[in-house]
Amino acid sequence: MIDLIQMIVNGIAVGSSYALMGLAMVIIYKTSEVPNFAQGEMALISSYFAMMLLSSFNMSVYSAFLLTFVFAVFLGCFLEFAILRRAKEPNVLGMIVVTIGIEMVLLGFVSWKFGAEQKTMPFPIGPYDSFIIGDIFISKLEVLTLVAAVLLMSVLYLFFKYSKLGLAMKATQQNSVAAQIVGIRTNRIMMMTWGISSLVGAVAGLLISPTIMHPFMMWDPMLKGFAAAVMGGMTSLPGVVIAAYMLGVIENLFGGYVSIEFKTVVAFVIIVLVLCIKPSGLFARHYVKKV
Amino acid sequence: MDMKRDYYEDVQLFTSPVVVFWFAVLIGSLYLFPLVVDNYYIYVANYIAINIIVAAGLNLLVGYTGQISLGHAGFFAIGAYGTVVLMAKAGFPFLLALPCAAFIAAFFGFLLGLPPLRLEGPYLAIATLGFGLTITQIIGRIELFGGRDGLHAPDITIGSWVLDTDKEFYFLLITLTIFLLLFMRNLIKTRVGRAFIAIRDADIAAQTMGVNIIYYKTLAFAVSAFYAGIAGGLYAFVLKFIEPEIFTLLMSIMFLAMVVVGGLGSMMGAIVGATLLCWLDLKLRNILDIPYIGDWLEQLSKQWFTLTGVSNIQYIVFGSIMIGIVLFEPLGLYGVWIRTKKYWRTWPF
Repeated sequence: MIDLIQMIVNGIAVGSSYALMGLAMVIIYKTSEVPNFAQGEMALISSYFAMMLLSSFNMSVYSAFLLTFVFAVFLGCFLEFAILRRAKEPNVLGMIVVTIGIEMVLLGFVSWKFGAEQKTMPFPIGPYDSFIIGDIFISKLEVLTLVAAVLLMSVLYLFFKYSKLGLAMKATQQNSVAAQIVGIRTNRIMMMTWGISSLVGAVAGLLISPTIMHPFMMWDPMLKGFAAAVMGGMTSLPGVVIAAYMLGVIENLFGGYVSIEFKTVVAFVIIVLVLCIKPSGLFARHYVKKV
Repeated sequence: MDMKRDYYEDVQLFTSPVVVFWFAVLIGSLYLFPLVVDNYYIYVANYIAINIIVAAGLNLLVGYTGQISLGHAGFFAIGAYGTVVLMAKAGFPFLLALPCAAFIAAFFGFLLGLPPLRLEGPYLAIATLGFGLTITQIIGRIELFGGRDGLHAPDITIGSWVLDTDKEFYFLLITLTIFLLLFMRNLIKTRVGRAFIAIRDADIAAQTMGVNIIYYKTLAFAVSAFYAGIAGGLYAFVLKFIEPEIFTLLMSIMFLAMVVVGGLGSMMGAIVGATLLCWLDLKLRNILDIPYIGDWLEQLSKQWFTLTGVSNIQYIVFGSIMIGIVLFEPLGLYGVWIRTKKYWRTWPF
């Protein structure tokens, strides 16, 4: 019984980082229908930036993280402005290739600049500090990730639902021409979307980096986050978070009871099965395509 | 200027005796090429030829049928492991093991072709990506396939002919490549190929016209997987040793990049894209050995970057190529070629 609860707790903890990455992905997809494969590497470069500030420039944690967030927003805006906006005939395949291209450039840059070996992040909370409740271990970092994921999800949900800017983002996704007619600067909206998304990704990157820090550290969270986003329907914020927690928990239970070796791939099997039954994810309305 | 007046003109391979002549020269030089160059270049040619086969297969799926696959490394792995295991453990001869493995890959392609009947865009991307990752994980856990330690490829024997050098293997490989490319080219010109193109352009309209979507979409996946399987089977003998870590997501991405960089929906594009990216890949692995640029990069790395990470510049180069192609030339290198040709044909107007 303790094992089971421990596994579920671990699953929720790992689900939180998937949820953050998935949220970042959904924000971009909601507005521009671009599946952003570069999300992980945008977070990667932000966390390396934070590490550089902390260890090479000896900045305090708060100012370093604040600067990192500013950097992340700037990075997202820049990528949208310099690359995504310049695409001539945007289609899904083209966008996938462009974002994979961005991913590879960022990955190459980070591994060239910092080397491919494992680094340690001077994070104020170590990866092994933990609370013990009864017989269950919960690391402080995991609690922080959970809080960050739920908090960001609620803030973003409210933002998209009630704020003027959020509504403008929604309008841009649904019909960008009509949005332009009613006076929304869709270009600027896109740029802001990328900024926000990059910020959410940077939070995820910072929270992952104390446990694991090398140039490929974001691949697994990014792919699982993407999987969660797809499972949740690509456009629904609560959907992606719920799907991410489901993936995390199922993954851990599968690892504990069935086979530890296939733990990492079970998420993708679930995805394929879910998509076969509900092709647009669990929490999305299905749009009927017209010729 | 490229007007087609009847069906035969559309399907014919050679439009004029000049084309026949140059085609013969090309084939001849491909066969004579290993007699004049040293071993390393034969290895490079083998590597490129294998990637051309995969790119041609993936092009059928992505360029002609309009589907997305980020899981072709999975089919590649199935082909490689299938061939080696069938030869080493089941005692099949090479010429039987290779098509068997490729048909296994095609069967998996058929299976992977089932979900895309309802999926598209990012949903399809994640489903195929998951397939590619899962297959290599599963292969890495099965004892028969050597697990994490990998497998050694046995020598190929055809009758009494033992192919144990790169040069001998080259002749087999180039023959197969030419045959497969011709087959692909003819397939695209038939009823099947036109059905693929119709699905790409408007699948619902194609269905209304009587194209059986279920049949043709799964067929596209199966044929594409068959090509990847053949290529994988051959790749095992170029490397002489296979392990699950070779067939990564990065490999699938590179395959997709080859097709997109070369030009979607053109055979020439797939060939050029595969050649260019493979050649760059091999060159950039030892980037510091390139004259002039190497020294300058070494200086730069010492001052601002790390010298150990300098080989990662290849990611930057590949990424920039992918971004540049989509932004500035969505038709890829083939589009550049078409424009150049048009420019010179109509010159000086």
